[in-house]
Amino acid sequence: MTTSSQTTLGWSRWRRSWWYHATFYSQTWRGTAASTVLFPIFFLASLGIGVGHLVSAHSGLVQGQSFLHFIAPSLLATTTMQMGESESLWPVLAAVKWIRNYHAAAATPLEPEDILTGKLTWVATRSLATGVVYTIIIGCFGALQSWWSLTLPLIGALITLAFAAPLVAFAASAQSDASFTTIYRFAIVPMFLFSATFYPLSAYPGYLRPVVQFVPLYHGVALARSAAFGQGSLVATTCHVGVLVMMSIGGILWGRRSMRRRLVD
Amino acid sequence: MNGAHVLEANQLVKRFGDFTAVKEVSFAIDQGESFGFLGPNGAGKTSTMRMISAVSQPSSGRLSIFGLDPRTHGPEIRARLGVVPQEDTLELELSVRLNLEMFGRYFDLPRKLLRERASELLEFAQLSDRANDKVDNLSGGMKRRLTIARALINRPELLILDEPTTGLDPQARHLLWERLYRLKREGVTLIITTHYMDEAEQLCDRLVVMDHGTFVAEGAPRELIASHSTREVVELRFSTDSHEGLHDRLAPFARRVEVLPDRILLYVDEGDDTLREIHAAGIAPTSALVRRSSLEDVFLRLTGRTLVD
Repeated sequence: MTTSSQTTLGWSRWRRSWWYHATFYSQTWRGTAASTVLFPIFFLASLGIGVGHLVSAHSGLVQGQSFLHFIAPSLLATTTMQMGESESLWPVLAAVKWIRNYHAAAATPLEPEDILTGKLTWVATRSLATGVVYTIIIGCFGALQSWWSLTLPLIGALITLAFAAPLVAFAASAQSDASFTTIYRFAIVPMFLFSATFYPLSAYPGYLRPVVQFVPLYHGVALARSAAFGQGSLVATTCHVGVLVMMSIGGILWGRRSMRRRLVD
Repeated sequence: MNGAHVLEANQLVKRFGDFTAVKEVSFAIDQGESFGFLGPNGAGKTSTMRMISAVSQPSSGRLSIFGLDPRTHGPEIRARLGVVPQEDTLELELSVRLNLEMFGRYFDLPRKLLRERASELLEFAQLSDRANDKVDNLSGGMKRRLTIARALINRPELLILDEPTTGLDPQARHLLWERLYRLKREGVTLIITTHYMDEAEQLCDRLVVMDHGTFVAEGAPRELIASHSTREVVELRFSTDSHEGLHDRLAPFARRVEVLPDRILLYVDEGDDTLREIHAAGIAPTSALVRRSSLEDVFLRLTGRTLVD
């Protein structure tokens, strides 16, 4: 199956797909640019300062941090997760079923794997750029306390990839978008709310903690938080990175199969 | 490569699970030829097209395009092909010109070259004055022309068109045909599927009729008419509802009689002579029409009149 992707024409073919997505975005970015900058400012101002005021009046610091500082890294983690989701489900089904522009691409020298790699690297690139903006804004709110914070955009890109890869794979094999709303309501939204996003793991009852630790986004939130504060053990960090990398790799392998099935068979 | 064959298929099969869409078809297409695939829906045309576009792999059989095996040289083959799919698959949000240039990047063509080619192709597709408009605002015929222009961005040696004019008005169809002739004159090999028999007669040097995954006929349009139909057809209408009863009375006058709910077709060599004989025998149709046999007669003869969905 892979023989044709090993020919001389091709090691950089996926870059053409990345370029296509980038050019498309360069024509349509205006709609998303304002929200990329304004959303984190509003979020941190309303929850961080507003709710933070109540929290500090009631119970003081959260894990030694003000509430604003505590939730700022989760903002980056949840946003990059949602970017992985929103770029993957409907846009991919549209590309394989409604507009069929991936089918048009499959009639060019590109192989389905090239189209997938171009798509995922593009989504990760966008996430990286968003992560830089968010890191600067979070920094302006005074929530960065370690040089490790500089890795936040990379952590964001990894989180995006960890969600985008399996969701692209799923969308590429979907027949309709009926299940997408279910995924959003019963997976993405609960993860946004219950991944130790707004309060520490210790706030959950003991029997729920393993459940929370099983949630993929928890590892993204924990990783972003330990980078922002320069805390966290090597073992824990390795575990968080490991989960996200495994999700990415699993998603890519699944995606290569489902893209090939959808576009070529 | 075998002689001047651009494409050679030998015992080509495409299976989807238990269903066999294409059953051991063999054909060869020459450089500069325009070759048509006709057939009702579900005959296996699109599956065949996808295989000869080097997109989907044959389940069995041998296929060679430009002398290369699509199993091992898919990207190299597709770099020299142009494909016009049934649906337009354009980027509706983007400009006409950008649709061409962005697609050209898939072929790794330099940007300067793409700008030149896009201008040429816009001219070719009569879209130069719409170059900066969003594709969404174009008419159906314009979108179709843009899709064809897009398929030409890599200067393909072989252009594969899947139902190129379905849904277009007569003006748009004739303009497209004219553009396809022009490509043919320039030496581009064309492979076309169509439901329109007049289109097949106009455009194809040679064609095959597909039904249930196999070829039921093969040849030049004129040859097919000669071998599967008569020279002329007489169409008769009667005021009576019981056309069935007329079959036996009309049978002696024609090589073949076909009774349809609204009219009776007589397949004959000289329509006017037949009509005179019928009148002389005292049979009086309410209306009569003599016409030349067409590819449509061949098609319906070979694939039946039953609706296929």
